[in-house]
Amino acid sequence: MNHHPHASHGSTANHPAEPTLAALHARLNTSLAPPARAWLDQALDEAADHPGTHGPISVWELRIAEAARRCGPEHADAARVLLLHAAHADPDALARVYRQGTAAERRAVLHALPHLVPGPDALPLVEDALRTNDTRLVAAALGPYAARHLDAHTWRHAVLKCLFTGVPVDVVADLAPRAHADAELARMLGDYARERTAADRPVPEDLHRVLALTEPTAAPAGPCGTDRTSGKES
Amino acid sequence: MRIFDPHIHMTSRTTDDYEAMHTAGVRALVEPSFWLGQPRTSVASFLDYFDSLLGWEPFRAAQYGIAHHCALALNPKEANDPRCVPVLDELPRYLVKDQVVAVGEIGYDSMTPAEDTALAAQLQLAADHELPALVHTPHRDKQAGLRRTLDVVRESALSPDRVLVDHLNENTVKEAKDSGCWLGFSVYPDTKMDEERMVAVLAEYGPERVLVNSAADWGRSDPLKTRRVADALLAAGFTEDDVDQVLWRNPVAFYGLSGRLSLAVTTPDVTHEGNSILRGGE
Repeated sequence: MNHHPHASHGSTANHPAEPTLAALHARLNTSLAPPARAWLDQALDEAADHPGTHGPISVWELRIAEAARRCGPEHADAARVLLLHAAHADPDALARVYRQGTAAERRAVLHALPHLVPGPDALPLVEDALRTNDTRLVAAALGPYAARHLDAHTWRHAVLKCLFTGVPVDVVADLAPRAHADAELARMLGDYARERTAADRPVPEDLHRVLALTEPTAAPAGPCGTDRTSGKES
Repeated sequence: MRIFDPHIHMTSRTTDDYEAMHTAGVRALVEPSFWLGQPRTSVASFLDYFDSLLGWEPFRAAQYGIAHHCALALNPKEANDPRCVPVLDELPRYLVKDQVVAVGEIGYDSMTPAEDTALAAQLQLAADHELPALVHTPHRDKQAGLRRTLDVVRESALSPDRVLVDHLNENTVKEAKDSGCWLGFSVYPDTKMDEERMVAVLAEYGPERVLVNSAADWGRSDPLKTRRVADALLAAGFTEDDVDQVLWRNPVAFYGLSGRLSLAVTTPDVTHEGNSILRGGE
């Protein structure tokens, strides 16, 4: 697929949960069965040849809708992200696919944001996903795009929501640098821990871990991904 | 025992029901879109409902180890409301989704001209999208309703072996079977079929192309009726293979006609506090 020259543009978003587009494509090429790979190659070519929205539903939007039954549910996210990229989906197109999408398609749009949208234009999609109680959407919303653009109040509530709904905080991109010296987040976590203790319920393990990251004396905030094994000393 | 409930409205049920269904052996279900009890007044209400059947409801089901698919359509009752009919123009973009395994429930409620139009249009949509169709037979004037339904199916582009005719009973089963359609039976506490009558129908007509569902919804209904029928069949001397055919293999074969059935359940990555349906403090 040499005619997708932008396939490595996601390299600045190098988070463990968000591999580069080139890496995603390479992984699909090795794991898809030949018929699925042929389907994906053709779908990517179609999307590159006819980007933008055409009529009630564009051909590449149809391909996004059927990705799971063509590639297998486990590869659908990656296939959909590549299709969105090949179609040069801008914030308006991403909003349309998200709004008209199943939960699985919405998740793929969220995963695509750090690769496709440089500015904050797609934040309403992240905020929509964070309003749901679908843990798959909440987790997908908290990738590098949210780390870059989400305001402090919304980001703190998202972290707290992870603790409430059992989403592992490992999914939160740039957790350590954003939590570092955040006294307000520390207060919210402390209040939540007291509420759990008063109700004789266990305090989530992840809460102690995030609380430790809020300490001004905590280890310096490194790039995202380096915090995966730290902060467990609670 | 593995059970596939081919017709149940989980939107109207609680997580207790999901838990009890899983304990009873339910591992897969199809939720057809239908009337919500309170009439809708706009297309937007349908779209939110369809989105829920493709988003939140499969998420809830997955947390209880149950694969959730859906059938989408304008239901017969609301096909009579001109404020709702334009949803037919929105259906094509929904019928391409991975989890949509049929068009349904369509069919007749009061057998009006508007219902004729919606039924014929949606059988055509099913044919266009290579989907089977779940066709409800009316509760009132059922015999005449079945005949008119089968006539419309015969005139449609959809072959009868891609049509499941539902809510059948002793009076309608023979004609439906002769048509070549798949045969659906809804088992209810008071109305429709009951377990013992279901056993008698299966004894007379055999298990081929027969599907049994609870059709549980917001009315008096029981999401465990599929299991109760299975138990009644075993008690009456049917084999475990017969039960598996009616309660698993037949629904898998029918909805498998869509090419979109995916029976593996991926449980969301939840590490503690059970799940988000517990809501935490929200």
